[in-house]
Amino acid sequence: MKNKAGRELPDHIYGLKAYRPYEGLFVNPPEPVPMAGRTLRIGRPSSNKVLPSLIEAVEATGLRDGMTISFHHHFRNGDYVNKLVMTAIASKGIKDITIATSSLNDCHDFLIDYIEDGTVTALETSGLRGKLGAYLTKNPGKLKRPVIVRSHGGRARAIEAGEVKIDVAFMGVPTCDRFGNATGRMGKSACGSLGYAMLDSRFAEQVVLVTDNLIDGYVFPYSIPQTDVNYIVAVEAIGDPEGIASGILKITKNPIQLLLAEAAAKVIEHSGYFKNGYSIQMGGGGSALAVGRFIREKMLKQQIKGSFGVGGVTGLFAQMLEEGLFEICYDTQTFDTTAIQSLRENPRHVEISSSFYANPWSPGPIINDLDVVILGATEVDLDFNVNVITNSNGLLMGASGGHSDIAAASKLAIIVMPLIRGRLPMVRDRVQNIVTPGESIDVVVTDRGIAVNPRRQDLIDNLRKSGLKIMTIEELQEVAHKLIGKPQEIALSKEDKDIVAIVEYRDGTLLDIIRKPL
Amino acid sequence: MNQDVKSRLRRTMMFVPGNSPKMINNADLYGADTIMFDVEDSIAVSQKDAARIMVKYALKAIPFSCETAVRVNHVTQTPFGIDDLKAILPSKPDLIRLPKTESVDEVRLVTKMIKEVEQREGFPEGSINIICAIESVRGLYEVRAIAKEPRVIAIALGGEDFIADLRTQRTQRGIEFYHARSEILMAARDAGIQAMDTVYADVANLEGFRQEVTDIKDMGFDGKSVVHPTQIGIVHEIYTPTEKQIAHAVKVLACYKDAVENNKGVITVDGKMIDGPIVVRAERIVAQAKAAGILTEEGCKDEK
Repeated sequence: MKNKAGRELPDHIYGLKAYRPYEGLFVNPPEPVPMAGRTLRIGRPSSNKVLPSLIEAVEATGLRDGMTISFHHHFRNGDYVNKLVMTAIASKGIKDITIATSSLNDCHDFLIDYIEDGTVTALETSGLRGKLGAYLTKNPGKLKRPVIVRSHGGRARAIEAGEVKIDVAFMGVPTCDRFGNATGRMGKSACGSLGYAMLDSRFAEQVVLVTDNLIDGYVFPYSIPQTDVNYIVAVEAIGDPEGIASGILKITKNPIQLLLAEAAAKVIEHSGYFKNGYSIQMGGGGSALAVGRFIREKMLKQQIKGSFGVGGVTGLFAQMLEEGLFEICYDTQTFDTTAIQSLRENPRHVEISSSFYANPWSPGPIINDLDVVILGATEVDLDFNVNVITNSNGLLMGASGGHSDIAAASKLAIIVMPLIRGRLPMVRDRVQNIVTPGESIDVVVTDRGIAVNPRRQDLIDNLRKSGLKIMTIEELQEVAHKLIGKPQEIALSKEDKDIVAIVEYRDGTLLDIIRKPL
Repeated sequence: MNQDVKSRLRRTMMFVPGNSPKMINNADLYGADTIMFDVEDSIAVSQKDAARIMVKYALKAIPFSCETAVRVNHVTQTPFGIDDLKAILPSKPDLIRLPKTESVDEVRLVTKMIKEVEQREGFPEGSINIICAIESVRGLYEVRAIAKEPRVIAIALGGEDFIADLRTQRTQRGIEFYHARSEILMAARDAGIQAMDTVYADVANLEGFRQEVTDIKDMGFDGKSVVHPTQIGIVHEIYTPTEKQIAHAVKVLACYKDAVENNKGVITVDGKMIDGPIVVRAERIVAQAKAAGILTEEGCKDEK
C-alpha cells in the first residue's frame, strides 16, 4: 500500500499497532475522546520526596519489566541523566524497558550495551545518531519492534492522546526545591527552557526529578510544579555544562555556510513576508545563526519589527529580543548561556512546552502562527520531500526534531543546504527517507542555486526581483549531476524483519519506513 | 585587442590555491569578478606538478561562471613556468598572471607561447591575455614598457615581495607602497589598461581592509586581489557607486545618446558640459552599478 507521499508501506509491522497511512498535511484529526492522563494519587502532608539514591527511586516507583520510561534532551550532548538512570535500572536486573525520549545524542551510545543485554527492548525518539544510530541501522531485530521516530509536535500529540504511556519520567532538572518545584534557568547545569520535560511531567504516571542543585528554599518561577513530582534524587552532576550550553554559539566563518545564509536571508527579504509584525523560527546550527545575523541587519536597516520568534533559542535571538526587534520569544529549548540569561531576566522571553510549541491536536500550537522558518536537510528530492534522519547511505544520523511540524504550519518553509556533500548530490530523485513531506516545503536554498516549489507561484513572482538565481528543482539537480554525475541507489533489504524504524508523521499516520541497507 | 577584455569589470581577483580540489570546486560561488588559480607562491615545490595538473583539468571540466586566471611560476627565474604554460594554456584560461615581471622579454616569451597555442588549438586570437605583477624595484622601473606590450591587459602590484625588496614592512597607512602604487597606476593609464592592487593578508581585520580598499579606489585602482571570500563583498560595496552617482551617470548617458541621435551641439547636464571623458566615466559607473545588481531608470531632463 502506498501512502500519499509515495512510500510503499507494509500491511503489518512487527511489534507495532496498525497505522493509518499518511494522507496529507492536515488530514488526520483525533478521535473525539478525552485527553489521556495519569492515575490520581494522594499526597500526604510532611512527606519527603527526596530519596538518597537513584536505585531507591527506581524501587519506590515500582518500575518493572516491560514498562516505559522517558527522558528529555535539554542537556544535548552533555547529558548524564540517561546513563545514571539506566545504570540504576540495570543494576536491579529490570529488563524489557521501552525508552520514550524526546531525543538522543552521541553521548547515549552506551545504550547499545543495554540493548544487547535486553534491558532496553524498544525506543521512541526524535533522533538517532552516532554509534547507536549506526548499530540500530545495521541490526534491526535487536529491539523487539522498530524504533518509532516522531517529531516534537508528534510526540506531544502521542503522549496527550495516550498512545505513549509513560510509566516513569526521569527528568534531569538544573535546580529543584525539596517539594519538587524545578527550573532549568539556574544551577551549575542550567539549560534554560524545560519545554520537553514540562510535557512529560503532566502525563507520566510517576515523575522522578534528578538534580545537582537541590536547594533548601523555594524555586520560583518553576517550570515543573511540585504537584507533578513523586520523587527527587540529588546527584553530583546531571550533565557537563560545556555540552549543555557553552558560552555564546559562534556564527560560522565557513564561507559556504555564510553564502547559504546570505541567500536564505535574501529569500526571506523578497518573499513578501518580510514586513512589520512577521514571525520567524531560526534554529541553532551555525548556518541558522548566520541567517539570523543577516536578517537582523536587514531588520535594522529597513526598520522592520517582528512580532514573535520561536525555537530553539540562541543568544542572537535573545539579543534581537532585547533590541526590540521582536516583541516576544517563545522558547522550547535554549541553546547558549546568553539565551539562558535572557530567559531568566527578560519577561518577554517565555518558556513553553513542546505541546504549546507544536502539538497538531491542540486548538493552537504557536507554530500555527509562524510566517517564516529556516530548516536544514540531509537530502531533498524532486518532490521537495526532505530527509533529516538518514544520510545517503541509509544510516540513522539525525533527528526529526520540530522539522515536519514547523514546515507544515508555517507560511514560508526554507531549506538551506549545500547542493553537494562530499561527492554526492543532495537533490535526489527520491530521498532515502521522508521526514517532512514536500507539500510543506516552499524553497530550497543551495550554494549553487535556489528552487521554489511550483505550488508557490506567488513566491516565484516575488523572488524574481531579488537577483537570486531561481531555477526548478530539476535544473538544480542537473547542476549537481553535471559536476559529479548521478550516484547509484543503495540497496535496501525488502524483508519486513529488517525494518529499522518507522517515521510517524506528526498526526500519527505512517509516513515512511527506514529499512536496513544491504 | 578586444576592447571588452581590456575594460571588463575586475573589482576582485580571488586567489585560489591550485592544489585544493575543494577550493577549486567552490571558487566561482562567492561572486569574485575573476578567480586566480595559483600554482606559484602558495604552492610548495613538492606540489607544483600536482597543482599544475589539477588546474589544467579544472579549467577543462568546470564551467566557471566568471573570468579565470592562472598565476604561473616565473618563466625564466624558475624551472616550472614553461611547464606550467605548456600544460595550462590549452585549457584556455582567460588570463595568465606573470609574477615578479621585470622585463618585456619575459612578456614576449609568454606572448609567443600563447599565440602558438591559440593557433594550434583553434582558439580565436586574443583568447588568452596577460596580467603582469610588479613585485620588485627592477620591475617597477620597467613597468611603462611592460604595460605597453600588446597582450598585457592589467598591471598588478605584488606587495609582499615588493616590500621585501624595499627592506621595510607593511603598515596600516600604506606609505611603503605609495610610490609603487602611483607608478603602476600611471603606467597602466598611459598604456590604457587596468591597475590592480595587492592582497591584504590579515583576513580578520575587516576594518583595516576596508580602509585600504577605500584608499586605493580613491587613487584610481580598478580593483584588488583578495584571498578570502569575506573580502569580496567589502570590495564590491566600496566599488559600488552611490545612488546619486548612478542617477547622474544614467542621466549623462541618456543625454549623450539623445544628443548624438538628434545631432545636437554642446551637451550639458545639470549645468555642466559633457564631453568624452565624462561619458566614459558615466559608462564605468553604470557598469559597476549593473554588476552590483542596482537598476535604475531615468531619462534626459536637460535640453538645449
